[in-house]
Amino acid sequence: MAHPPTTSAEAPAPVQTSAPAPAPVLAPAPARRSAWSEGTDRLRAAATTEPGRLRIIGAVIAVLVVAFGAVAAFEISDRSAAADDVVSRSQPLSADAANIYRSLADADTAAASGFLAGAIEPADVQARYDKDIATASRLLVKAAANTDSSSDSGQQIAQLNEWLPRYTGLIERARANNRQGLPLGGAYLRYANQQMTTQLLPAAEKLYDAETGRLYEDYDSAEIWPYFGIAVGVIALGGLFYAQRRSYLRTNRVFNHGLVAATVASAVVLLWLGVGHAVARSDLATSRTHGQESLKVLNDARINSLKARANENLTLVARGAVLTKDGTQDQYEADYGGEMKSLLAGLTQAKGLAKGDKAGLDPVNLAATSADIWQGRHTKARRTDDNGDYDGALTAVIGAKNSTGECFDQVDAAIQKAIDHEQKQFTTAAQDGRDALTGLPIGAAVLAVLGAAGAAVGISRRLSEYR
Amino acid sequence: MAKKPRLRGWGGVTGMAAACVLTAAVTLGPIAYSSGGEDGDGARIGGQGVGQGVTVQAADCTDPEASLTPSSGDGPTIDKIKQAGKLVVGVDQNSYRWGYRNPATRSLEGFDIDLVRAIAQNILGDPDAVIYRAIPTNQRIEAIQKDKVDIVVRTMTINCARIKQVAFSTAYFQAGQQVLAPKGSPITGYNDTLKGKKVCTATGSTAYDALKQKSFGAVFEDTASAKRTVPNQLDCLVRLQIGEVDAVVTDNALAAGQAAQDPAVELKGDPFTTEYYGVATKIGKDDLVRRINQVLVDYRADGKKSKWMQAYRTWLASDLKGISGPPVPKYR
Repeated sequence: MAHPPTTSAEAPAPVQTSAPAPAPVLAPAPARRSAWSEGTDRLRAAATTEPGRLRIIGAVIAVLVVAFGAVAAFEISDRSAAADDVVSRSQPLSADAANIYRSLADADTAAASGFLAGAIEPADVQARYDKDIATASRLLVKAAANTDSSSDSGQQIAQLNEWLPRYTGLIERARANNRQGLPLGGAYLRYANQQMTTQLLPAAEKLYDAETGRLYEDYDSAEIWPYFGIAVGVIALGGLFYAQRRSYLRTNRVFNHGLVAATVASAVVLLWLGVGHAVARSDLATSRTHGQESLKVLNDARINSLKARANENLTLVARGAVLTKDGTQDQYEADYGGEMKSLLAGLTQAKGLAKGDKAGLDPVNLAATSADIWQGRHTKARRTDDNGDYDGALTAVIGAKNSTGECFDQVDAAIQKAIDHEQKQFTTAAQDGRDALTGLPIGAAVLAVLGAAGAAVGISRRLSEYR
Repeated sequence: MAKKPRLRGWGGVTGMAAACVLTAAVTLGPIAYSSGGEDGDGARIGGQGVGQGVTVQAADCTDPEASLTPSSGDGPTIDKIKQAGKLVVGVDQNSYRWGYRNPATRSLEGFDIDLVRAIAQNILGDPDAVIYRAIPTNQRIEAIQKDKVDIVVRTMTINCARIKQVAFSTAYFQAGQQVLAPKGSPITGYNDTLKGKKVCTATGSTAYDALKQKSFGAVFEDTASAKRTVPNQLDCLVRLQIGEVDAVVTDNALAAGQAAQDPAVELKGDPFTTEYYGVATKIGKDDLVRRINQVLVDYRADGKKSKWMQAYRTWLASDLKGISGPPVPKYR
């Protein structure tokens, strides 16, 4: 095995003697000859004899096959790392950001619901608010640990950390005043809601968008075809084909075992590379369209339902104290209307995305039905309130049975179910995608080394015939 | 907002044409009279039509508070109410000490509500024979015009624009714009002490217009970083408490409601405008207007011991000091 290299080191010596012919031609120009030109000269000299040519061919093929393996391994580890980022880093971060966003909106809704119930807030509503604030705080710390503080996301996180305590302070003031029966509590609650909707929620939305953007970047880098690897693979196979054809034409021997082994190894790597990545790509694409994109739509729908619910509550808290700019409508009622519209549009979109997936479609349909009933009940409750029956309207909104609150809870639970389902869909498909690439980098490297060795053995067999 | 300055201009022109009659209207014009849509609670109501009413009105409306003479006789409207057995009243449930739903008792209470009970007692013999309809500011006139309510008792300012749309009783309260600030504040009223101070007003309110006319150097306009005009006068107290502003300018009747919720603030100086609150009904229900005016005559009677003074002492005296009695009724 060690022979071919030693012979190839000695072999050029005799050939070199015939080389000096071109050397003087080049000599006049540069006084000192570069290693490069010396090398090309040697090569040119070597190319004039068959063993020399064989050595060159062997070297080129071995280099091509090794390069192929290296490029394939490199590209696939890159795609694999990106796919792994999708599964274990950026998607969880995006989900966390969605959760921060949801928790904040949910806290605002719970605060308004509890406020409406009177001086003594129901324990479950208070617990919900507390849990939301705790979740948001915890996830903000986690997100901060995973984010460069100077990045856009980092800035949103800093803003949220700054505003959240201010918000909870305002809510506590609202509660304290409400407990004393002062309408000032309602004014504080509305101010807190304004801070939430104009400062915190937009920042949380930006964070969510940035994290989701990062996720899509990871998707994109995982899904780029290993073009380079495939190109090098095709060239390597072409080289092998050329060498074997040449060998066949010159010796009439059909198979050179070494070269055949190299060809098989390269072909396997190429096939593995193409098919493996195609499978991974398709799994990732599935996780993206059936998981992540549904998740985005559902998360947005959920935020809209939360905002609509908060505004529905605030309509009763404000009792006509805040009007739209043109003075014709209650501001909170107008906001409710807009958010409800977005909610229904979002659910329609989610239905489209979940088409053909019954387990995903069912909860979305349920959410849409509940949202319709919610709207009907809301219109009735508004009419009751406009007719002066405030207590009746209050019952129709926060009562336990047949209230809009009941519908909201159903919508929220159904969307949660749909989100859980899509999250599972995502995780399964994305993990499959990532796993499709498992072993490929090492496999490609090993096979390429074997292939290169095979090519070297095959060529040295032929070389040995010239001794 | 854009229509406001134009109206002011018109008000000025017509005012000069009738200079003798309208001296007061011209000087106070933009603040007291042509502030057509303005109300106690600082939310503007009515659209373009209302505003135009003012310009037409300015010349022939000098005494919008003058109402029909009182009478305790019945009429078609009163008969109807008696038949229904309940008086349907549009009230506020957001104005502390005026019309406010006490969350502890879940019932409405305040100065306005006491008056409603007196009217119900007079017409139906039962102060509780009332269906309260909590009506947002912008729905008041429509509620009256569409007969959704019999009367509205809701810190509703009598003015020239409005008497075209609804009928008013005689004035039952005199209010005016006033400054509200923390007790230890160097601000002493609507004067030079406001210089450089941040002042909160309700968007489009009389208070805002007054500051726009003469601000004494107060900082009251919104900037990109600080919002000093708010949707509702009560929001100003929030801004004051969290230190975003130094003072509030609003209707003193409602400022008293704010002061009642925060012992650390008080009304400063004197009111610098004059507005009257009246009970509103649909135009043409003359029998009801006369009857309410009769109720008000009784309500005011007996000097210090009058029901009016009792209500004043119960709801307002602690924060709106120095009122010795109700405004004198005017009749036409």
